[in-house]
Amino acid sequence: MRRLPKLARPMGLLFALLAVFAALLLSAPAGQAQTLAAPLSTSTPAPSPAESTGPPESFPNTINGVLRNAGQPVAGVTIRATGEGFSGEAVSSATGGWSIGVPVQGTYEVELDVSTLPEGVTLAEGAQNPRQVTFANTSNAGAIFPLGAGIVVQTQSFGELLVERILAGLSFGLLLALASVGLSLIFGTTGLTNFAHGEMVTLGAVLMFFFSGLGMPVWLAAVLAVVGGGLSGYLQDSGLWKPLRRRGTGIIPMMIVSIGLALAARYTIQLFFGGSTQQLPGARSPQIELGSVSISQNTLISLVISTVVVLMVAFLLLKTRIGKATRAVADNPALASASGIDVDGVIRIVWTVGGILAGLGGILWAYYRPGVTFNMGQQILLLIFAAVVLGGLGTVFGALVGSIIVGIFVEVSTIWLEADLKFVGALLIMIIVLLFRPQGILGRKERVG
Amino acid sequence: MDFLNILSGALGEVISPTTAAYALAALGLAVHFGYTGLLNFGQAGFMAMGAYGFAISILTFNAPFWAAVLVALACSVGFAFLLGIPTLRLRADYLSIVTIAAAEVVRYIVTTNKLTDVTGSAGGLNGFAGGFYALNPFPEGTYDLGFVSLSARDLWVRVAGWVLVAICCFLVWLLVRSPWGRVLKGIREDENAVRSLGKNVYSYKMQALIIGGLLGTLGGILFTLPRSSVQPANYGTELTFFLWTCLLLGGAATVLGPVLGAMLFWVVLSLTQGLLYGAISAGYITFISIPQAGQLRYIMVGIALMLLMIFRPQGMLGNKKELVFS
Repeated sequence: MRRLPKLARPMGLLFALLAVFAALLLSAPAGQAQTLAAPLSTSTPAPSPAESTGPPESFPNTINGVLRNAGQPVAGVTIRATGEGFSGEAVSSATGGWSIGVPVQGTYEVELDVSTLPEGVTLAEGAQNPRQVTFANTSNAGAIFPLGAGIVVQTQSFGELLVERILAGLSFGLLLALASVGLSLIFGTTGLTNFAHGEMVTLGAVLMFFFSGLGMPVWLAAVLAVVGGGLSGYLQDSGLWKPLRRRGTGIIPMMIVSIGLALAARYTIQLFFGGSTQQLPGARSPQIELGSVSISQNTLISLVISTVVVLMVAFLLLKTRIGKATRAVADNPALASASGIDVDGVIRIVWTVGGILAGLGGILWAYYRPGVTFNMGQQILLLIFAAVVLGGLGTVFGALVGSIIVGIFVEVSTIWLEADLKFVGALLIMIIVLLFRPQGILGRKERVG
Repeated sequence: MDFLNILSGALGEVISPTTAAYALAALGLAVHFGYTGLLNFGQAGFMAMGAYGFAISILTFNAPFWAAVLVALACSVGFAFLLGIPTLRLRADYLSIVTIAAAEVVRYIVTTNKLTDVTGSAGGLNGFAGGFYALNPFPEGTYDLGFVSLSARDLWVRVAGWVLVAICCFLVWLLVRSPWGRVLKGIREDENAVRSLGKNVYSYKMQALIIGGLLGTLGGILFTLPRSSVQPANYGTELTFFLWTCLLLGGAATVLGPVLGAMLFWVVLSLTQGLLYGAISAGYITFISIPQAGQLRYIMVGIALMLLMIFRPQGMLGNKKELVFS
């Protein structure tokens, strides 16, 4: 009983935190209509509450694409999708975009009705029509129909395919590293395996969507979203985790609290954001040709940004006072405290930095998938765990190495594996590594105990 | 708003087969976590083993009911070995990460399009419970239990489910008060102390993992029977977390706690859903829609899980002295 008044304050803070996010997200639907209209060519319905109650066109999953001929959008072409006991069709809009809502994720046969193509426009030679489209655990799947007479669809050699997948995997691995370095720092300093880290990733992307929906330029929206991510880390620590540490709550109860937080946060986001997939501005980027290898512009930008940020974090950790203090706390909190380091202050900074990195990772993940959904963080949470375990729980550079391995593995495995199984390989690798080297690639043996 | 209807619907959840399935799976978690201290976040995987092991043996191999149950249980034992061998020697958090990952791997595999012929991929499987209902001893008709009236089919699945829950509770109760159970509790409190007494901790943990997993698998089979269908989307991480909520609600280191927790979980969910939907369709609440009310329930579960863990980690029936988490 004596404890209750002491806890009333932190719990009050926690609910205030939830309320802040609720208020932020509440205003999100207002901005959605704008973003959709501007750079986007799909006709995905906006998830306003009234529409999501069940008219047939608001299926949770969509197959979509854009029809272009010599850079110009092609409108009025009929595209049909059949499969899984369902069939639907769509007509491409003035921007060339089309999207067909389907009830379940599965394999569909998508056919472009050649007779509805405008005069003088034909399918490119060698283009598949009809073609198979398979959902890969995301709620939207793309189908590309190359148009134009002069274009010949090339078949790639294995080497080019491999290089392409490795490049994409490197980009994916580095964005994964942003999230897993944060998770690893938090684990290292507090011992907590944070199951709510996926929601911090989602928050970054959702905030970016919200801010760009207000009409802000992309860079400003991204900066504000990343700041929001940092704020969420800061508030989480001050409102929830620090009071729990003060109480002497054990690691396992804290882990379960983080699961509760993850559930509450995920569905709070869905409550305001809706269940459908939204696109950030500039989600459809041109392909850049590097020799015979092509990579999308967004993937390349993401690769550069995350490399720079990861290097920055490494520099901070290795060269600055606060970085040294962080490593000291991770090594032995009691000893660090005895030598005059403000342990709680360091942990607060770690949570803030973790939030910032996760938020940035979320934005890049939204461009990589592409799309923003309420459960996008949950989808990569296990890959983040796999990366962290692979590299060694609690070691920051291990998390980096583990992430890159997981990222490349996931992308390269799609050459042989079905797209909807691509995450399975990474998770199996983690289990196998634990069997032979439980401390991970860079972990020290005594940590495993 | 029809309060009587909402109330009887909520009371009906107390004896529903889904509640019984949750109770069984949560009882398995009690063996894992409450008595042995194993952090199993992959109970959904064990339930999927039950559901798919059972359904696939019947649909693909035309196995009789009892054989299908045995196959499901065998799959579950195999799954437990797969999880246990790499992780039981390691710290608790490794087991939690590996179990949650393995359960997701199971879900990805049963969802993949490549195996549509066997698993039905995203659409799932259905029409395999005929063997179970052929055993129905109750004559056709309507049975009125006061707050719900049931068909013979509904009555049979409820009676079978709850008899199974009662038997399993009794067995678990016998197990945990036996010398074997005392070793488990010893492992939970101090693994090294038990090891120094000459017990093979690894083997005991594996046995506990298998037994709890088998309970989860039985829960998984029971879960599929009322609708006679399996949907892979049901076996995500949320299912595991709901089971944890049931377990912690009732009390982790108790036999009847998980059962009570599952009943309370479903009654509260059904009541709040009934009241919210009623209030929305009657126009009392205008700021949220029906699907949003569904999401509100998940938010509630999440917050309840946090508050439970912070303020009453021993649950309703538990003894605080017994459950000191490390």
